[in-house]
Amino acid sequence: MPAAGVVMIIAVLAIVLALVYYLVSTIMALRQIADGLDEAIAGVGEIVEKSAPVNDVVTAINGQLDAGVDLLEGLLVKKAGLSDAMGLIESVYPGAAAAGLRNFPESDSVDAPRIGEVYTRGTLTLARLGREAPIAAASPADEVLRNVEGGSLAARLLYPNLRQTSPESLPNSPVIGTDAPVQYEQRDDIGAPRRRLPVRRA
Amino acid sequence: MTLWWIGDVVLMVVILPVVVYLLRGVLEAARSIVPSVREISTVAATGSKDLDAAALLLTTQDQVEQTVAGVANYGGSLDVIVDDAEEQG
Repeated sequence: MPAAGVVMIIAVLAIVLALVYYLVSTIMALRQIADGLDEAIAGVGEIVEKSAPVNDVVTAINGQLDAGVDLLEGLLVKKAGLSDAMGLIESVYPGAAAAGLRNFPESDSVDAPRIGEVYTRGTLTLARLGREAPIAAASPADEVLRNVEGGSLAARLLYPNLRQTSPESLPNSPVIGTDAPVQYEQRDDIGAPRRRLPVRRA
Repeated sequence: MTLWWIGDVVLMVVILPVVVYLLRGVLEAARSIVPSVREISTVAATGSKDLDAAALLLTTQDQVEQTVAGVANYGGSLDVIVDDAEEQG
């Protein structure tokens, strides 16, 4: 065989060896990929299985919460009026009035009164309790108890006359404790057994 | 004979390097996928573990239902007790 033929056989053998080495290595890598994908598919399957009921449950929760929001919004607007309701919301959650109420599209354009700056959060609620409420006793049919300029004086004047003028100030509550100006000694006979039994009557 | 030698040279200098280059590229591409697939499987397993708490949504649903029912009852009572804004004006 000529030398050129030997060289060609050697070259072909080299090419075959290279093909074998790289293809076998590629096959090994692809098997690792397949194993990894099997694990990934198993994990994804568990995710799909576990998340399947989430949509229905979350939808149900959202539906119930929507009903609760509708109820509370409607009740608040019904009882306080739209303007005062927005003012109350703004006083409790500053900035929330700008978003408006979901079931009252016109609520985002209401000029919300600054209730929180004049009264405490419960004052308006007390005022809305009706004519029996002390704070509303003096003006059962007047406007909302809000006077930005008058501040707390306007609200204080709405209380019955007894607490404002006569008497000037109600008696102070008694001071109790070890540093109280009037000390009351503890009686020993209280809680103790009777010294003498009552006389029995025939 | 000259052509045979030329063929040998082409085989050794051109064909063999090209074959090795292409096969090495395929092997490197396949090997580069392996860590990505392992990371994906790890993330999938972790995600599946995180979703173990999804069953608690049923408890959340029950509690939301009870809470909304309580709010509804409370709101109904308030509706009766408190005067409407229109009635006071």
